[in-house]
Amino acid sequence: MGFAYLDHAADLAVRAWGPTLGEAFAEGARALFAAMVELESVRPATSRTFSVRGETPELALVEWLAALVAEKDTSGLVFARFNARVCVGSSETSVEATAWGERHDPARHDASCEVKGISLLGLRVHRDAGSWTVEYVADV
Amino acid sequence: MGAFDRLERVSEVEWTIPAHGRMLVPGRIFADEATIEQLRAESLDEAQWSALRQVTHVASMPGIVSAAIALPDVHPGYGFPIGGVGAFDPDSGVVVVGGVGFDINCGVRVLRTPLDEKGIVPDLDRIGDDLFRSVPAGLGSSGAIQLSMAEMDRMLAEGARYAVAKGWGSDGDLEYSEDGGRLDGADPSAVSSLAKQREVNQVGTLGSGNHYLELQAVERVIDREAARAYGLEEGGVVVAIHTGSRALGHQIGQDYLRELGSAHARYGIDIPDQEMVCAPIRSPEGRRYLAAVAAGANCGFANRQVIAHLVRSSLARTCGIGAGEIRTVYDIGHNHVKFERHRVNGAVHTVLVHRKGSTRAFGPGREEAPSAYREVGHPVFVGGTMGTASYVMRGTDVAMEMAFGSGIHGAGRALSRKKAAKKWWGEDVLNELRARGIRIWAHSARGLAEEAPGAYKDVERVVGAAEAAGLSRAVARLRPLAVIKG
Repeated sequence: MGFAYLDHAADLAVRAWGPTLGEAFAEGARALFAAMVELESVRPATSRTFSVRGETPELALVEWLAALVAEKDTSGLVFARFNARVCVGSSETSVEATAWGERHDPARHDASCEVKGISLLGLRVHRDAGSWTVEYVADV
Repeated sequence: MGAFDRLERVSEVEWTIPAHGRMLVPGRIFADEATIEQLRAESLDEAQWSALRQVTHVASMPGIVSAAIALPDVHPGYGFPIGGVGAFDPDSGVVVVGGVGFDINCGVRVLRTPLDEKGIVPDLDRIGDDLFRSVPAGLGSSGAIQLSMAEMDRMLAEGARYAVAKGWGSDGDLEYSEDGGRLDGADPSAVSSLAKQREVNQVGTLGSGNHYLELQAVERVIDREAARAYGLEEGGVVVAIHTGSRALGHQIGQDYLRELGSAHARYGIDIPDQEMVCAPIRSPEGRRYLAAVAAGANCGFANRQVIAHLVRSSLARTCGIGAGEIRTVYDIGHNHVKFERHRVNGAVHTVLVHRKGSTRAFGPGREEAPSAYREVGHPVFVGGTMGTASYVMRGTDVAMEMAFGSGIHGAGRALSRKKAAKKWWGEDVLNELRARGIRIWAHSARGLAEEAPGAYKDVERVVGAAEAAGLSRAVARLRPLAVIKG
């Protein structure tokens, strides 16, 4: 379970993985917020639940990450812990998830870039050797 | 055979990819040799993001006119490359979400002040402190202005005009803004309520990443006639505001990636890559997206207008200058899509021009430019990085002929944020720039490292290539004095 940033000159390219698809989605979210704030400085003081859908696992990944980015602005929260359950159906993939965090505090969270959106570039969800991997590019 | 194998040199700084495969028009790339080598190298690896491949994608979209164009600051984006331009026939063409991106109407406003560099250098700390306090920046920052949903809709319909009507600026600001600070065709109802909710606290905020507010010295005037028209004098001080439509634009981009996600299939358009999500310009989906983008553009104009007001108030406090003494040189976007009149194959046609990380650069004689600029062409702002110069350039007839009146918008990144953050410490960047007389105010040390000047291409080289291609002419070189970053 983990994530890495790939080399992309202008944007934020992420590869995240885990033993289940849900854990890979959760790691993808950690990578997203780790690009914006120091995760260690964010306390899991409050939580939000998310329920999103996409036609494919890839589009469900985009919806999940985009929902987190929007929530950051509407609630003023930043998140550091994530739990996601992903169900892949024949015509739809659903994500039921919880994110824990707290109100953004510029004095404590060393915030750097701001994610603007999740693109469709380089979008991948795949499974090999018992592990799930997700890849995406966020515009920052 | 890949696009890179077919790259042919036309001149020192112009290259072409002849139309082949699914390309409907050629690719036209303006770049120096070093940039071309870098583009070629990245295109060799199928797994790498490649700006050249993205040029061929743009060239294969229905209704593309003349050529898919890349300017000297080109680098990989998503959909279009950054530094990409594509014009489409309004009847047979498409509008591409990745031709605008998430940061709708990100752009630059330059204000000229009656201050001179020598006079303000001793006071820079005090002036910068006040600007830093006055103009909200950084992740999740809130603006001083909170809009009701009804006011938000007015802002989306009216752009900078809304802000001026509220008393945050003057008619002179509108006269010296692209499209008069308001893009026609905006429909606030095409913008989701989530986009509006995200924006409620963000009007009048800079944001983060490469956005900035800079006090700059006019270090050198290169084109006296144009500088006179723009009101720029050596030793003078200008303020550059680089930001866009904030979260509202970001959400419009995200919403319409989803909304247009299946439109191409409904209209039988075979897209070369999923990132080229699009809809026919004349379709209900395409029209709705254009109405939303225009609303997003108006948010960007209004945002820079409000920030200009905050800058004026701050400089009044710290330097004792009146708001009327701080004039807008120009306000221009570099992520947009709009209908424009251009000469194509000897006749003037309306085309839908996408500019992604590219600025409008109309040459002399165009009625869209303010009358005072009509003889010289309107200003083009080329943002540097914290430690390097910015340029004011002007549009040319060559830009009109070869690039739908488009010019470069900045240096363009050379290193990823990851590599930059590994290579530099924010504190070191700050100290090094301070030693060179550049004061930095930043909300994030890590953000500073990611935005270190060394992470960008050499702006001089990019400007040189634009000049050599004749796309724009340098008017003045600006040197940063004080930089406010998110």
